Amino acid sequence: MALDSRVPKGPIKDKWTDYKNHINLVNPANKRHIDVIVVGTGLAGGSAAATLAELGYNVKAFAYQDSPRRAHSIAAQGGINAAKNYQGDGDSTYRLFYDTVKGGDYRSREANVYRLAEVSANIIDQCVAQGVPFARDYGGLLDNRSFGGVLVSRTFYAKGQTGQQLLLGAYSAMNRQIARGKIEMFNRHEMLDVVKVDGKARGIIARNLITGEIERHSAHAVVIATGGYGNVYFLSTNAMGSNATAAWKIHKKGAYFANPCYTQIHPTCIPRSGDYQSKLTLMSESLRNDGRIWVPKNIEDVKAIREGSKKPTDLSEDERDYYLERRYPAFGNLVPRDVASRAAKERCDAGYGVNATGEAVYLDFAAAIERYGKEQAKIHNIKNASAEKIYELGQAIVEAKYGNLFQMYEKIVDQNPYKTPMMIYPAVHYTMGGVWVDYNLMTTIPGCYCIGEANFSDHGANRLGASALMQGLADGYFVLPYTIGDYLADDIRTGKIPTDTPEFDEVEKEVKDRIDFFVNNKGTKSVDYFHKRLGKVMWDKVGMARNAQGLTEAMAEIKAIREEFWKEVKVPGSANEMNTELEKAGRVADFLELGELFAKDALVREESCGGHFREESAEESGPQKGEAKRNDKDFAFVSAWEYKGEPADAVLHKEELEFKDIELKQRSYK
Amino acid sequence: MNLTLKIWRQKDASAKGQMVDYKVTDISEHMSFLEMMDVLNEQLVNSGEEPVAFDHDCREGICGMCSMYINGEAHGPDRGITTCQLHMRMFKDGDTITIEPFRAAAFPVIKDLVVDRMAFERIQQAGGYISVNTSGNTQDANSIPISKHAADEAMDAATCIGCGACVATCKNSSAMLFVGAKVSQYALLPQGQIEAADRVKNMVAQMDLEGFGNCTNTGACEVECPKGISLDNIARMNRELMKANL
Repeated sequence: MALDSRVPKGPIKDKWTDYKNHINLVNPANKRHIDVIVVGTGLAGGSAAATLAELGYNVKAFAYQDSPRRAHSIAAQGGINAAKNYQGDGDSTYRLFYDTVKGGDYRSREANVYRLAEVSANIIDQCVAQGVPFARDYGGLLDNRSFGGVLVSRTFYAKGQTGQQLLLGAYSAMNRQIARGKIEMFNRHEMLDVVKVDGKARGIIARNLITGEIERHSAHAVVIATGGYGNVYFLSTNAMGSNATAAWKIHKKGAYFANPCYTQIHPTCIPRSGDYQSKLTLMSESLRNDGRIWVPKNIEDVKAIREGSKKPTDLSEDERDYYLERRYPAFGNLVPRDVASRAAKERCDAGYGVNATGEAVYLDFAAAIERYGKEQAKIHNIKNASAEKIYELGQAIVEAKYGNLFQMYEKIVDQNPYKTPMMIYPAVHYTMGGVWVDYNLMTTIPGCYCIGEANFSDHGANRLGASALMQGLADGYFVLPYTIGDYLADDIRTGKIPTDTPEFDEVEKEVKDRIDFFVNNKGTKSVDYFHKRLGKVMWDKVGMARNAQGLTEAMAEIKAIREEFWKEVKVPGSANEMNTELEKAGRVADFLELGELFAKDALVREESCGGHFREESAEESGPQKGEAKRNDKDFAFVSAWEYKGEPADAVLHKEELEFKDIELKQRSYK
Repeated sequence: MNLTLKIWRQKDASAKGQMVDYKVTDISEHMSFLEMMDVLNEQLVNSGEEPVAFDHDCREGICGMCSMYINGEAHGPDRGITTCQLHMRMFKDGDTITIEPFRAAAFPVIKDLVVDRMAFERIQQAGGYISVNTSGNTQDANSIPISKHAADEAMDAATCIGCGACVATCKNSSAMLFVGAKVSQYALLPQGQIEAADRVKNMVAQMDLEGFGNCTNTGACEVECPKGISLDNIARMNRELMKANL
């Protein structure tokens, strides 16, 4: 099947407006007769469910948690971008569009990104109207801060809990619709497959996670909003339950899966402390506004710090290597995430890591505390303030900005980050790859949509900070509600979709057979055993840097783990009850397939871009020596994979990327 | 560390539960409490037993999912944390740790340590929102200035993660801290004013209907709240309710 991105014709700044003016509409009386299933109720799914219900559709929403409020969007910390230019520092729709395309290493779809930038300002208006308590300045207006990869302050925030507040905003909008009966909410339910009728998505099979009951749900369209697949690495910043099942199941039923190898390795996470570790914790990128990143200049100091004979605070300014400021003077500590992550890895690989495992660099707030302290002393007219007083005043400012993050760090590491620099290391975070969608956010299965992190379209090979929340809400509040209407306009005479049909019978049987297999298999090893093994292969060979040999090995190793999994996995308990091991087994089975496709995609992409760094493709000389080397001539395309059974047999379809409004050039942050 | 765990096991909502003893060995003090539970569960799965069901997800103290009652305290010893932020350094080698589900009539047990907190959902659905259309045609966000003080206070209230520790720890199983937090958030913002009276009446009525008890100003909820939600929110809710009934 040929890929059609359905990008509207015309100048980029008019595309979305013209498009909206010409799509088919469903009249309000007919919307009452149309059902939409939304799977996943985080920022994207929650906002979509609320808006579709507001429009008048009957929405059935599904969450594996007991409440939409638990979705992992809640953990996003630093902020949400919007081109409001409230600061008057030169921001505009075009600049947000430009920064996003450049930050994504020119591997995203121009038209989608422009639309995202265009609707971004509406998101802030919508959220404020919903009662989201964004930070304000003393004049009562909204405050902004800056994030990696940009030169303006366009990030709106609510302390270090922006994701929480935006999610609770969408959740409250959902609650209003649940109370009105327009959303039927299915908590503690997991979608286990999609049902197609005449080629169109017409329903899902879900498992009630409390009773184990397998349920059939029909609708005129199905929206997948289930987030990313970072947990393929076992250790990531994702919530423990975050999984790829819904996205993977639609892939197996015909939805192409795009750019699986684009995974963001976030530079500021708390380092791993031991083999028992269950997940990694992110420290918001916004900390890089005030924190300076460094390692010791001298290897002797590194050794002394590791042995405990020296403390980081013992080292003077010129004994420290502020390597980001040194290498990237224009952006300094605020380079984009892929650049910051690789730079940290480079220093640690060279032996300068500052913790026991050698996998940590410092994020230091001493300079910021002093700077703010002096400023406060001036503001409060304190003459000859002592160093202690300055420190105290400065600490209060830092605490107001990032207090919850500092508290989180202290609880986990048992060190006070106001007094000693934080230790950080990169960790798997956001997945830019995902289900391929066209401009309408529809997958290659008619009637099946995919929004938020679960799709691939807006972030290219690397996501800029504070853009995930923006995309989730843009898709859910402002894009999908229009585009889905265009499709549903043909369904006003269809009537209710019955569930007692052969199509539902067949898929339900597949789902039940798989569950029966797991609970009856007489294996000897736990689900986590396999998940951890998969994660290790992924991190070692498909992690921050990749090469052809490692990727080829990874594909074979993942296949072998998968084969052993199906022989040896052991799932205690039964199918007809709450069974968390059974839930995990199904999810890990999917990761074991996705991981191999991930490696295959990385192998095919013989260039470095964003979150995908191919060791064979680095700049060999000139001012960019050692930096990622992109190859636009051969690889300016989206890899869209068609399922053909084994992941190794997946067929590649290319969506050529056109850049008409932005010139493709070397990404420099120097 | 080697520890003895006394854990509440209950097959489902209708089954009779009981405390069961387990031993875990080689626990590192750097582990989180939930990682210690993972070690136990791995051990149980390997010996063919059913692992202990417990709710957890983000493991960074923000989703509000983890809900254990440890040594008689919601989220265990230590203050201002959820169970995932509780670290084993708070315990000593040889300790016996008692682990139970959150206890409240309005939070029935689903299995082992997992409880049903749907009552919280229904309270939110009764009025925990501002009735603005999700159309994107709202006015500019800066058109109504909000004092920094009010925005900060609203944010403090909005920080509630809905974990239910306040209910579990209250001798009356009161949900007033939870409800007070949401009522306060909107009471402090201009956007929430129009429906203020209906909101507080409906949410409080639903709270009573769900079987939560009343507040007797003991303050245990504030002590155990992982997010430091203040009792002031309960006072504000009471004022809002009085105002609404005048």
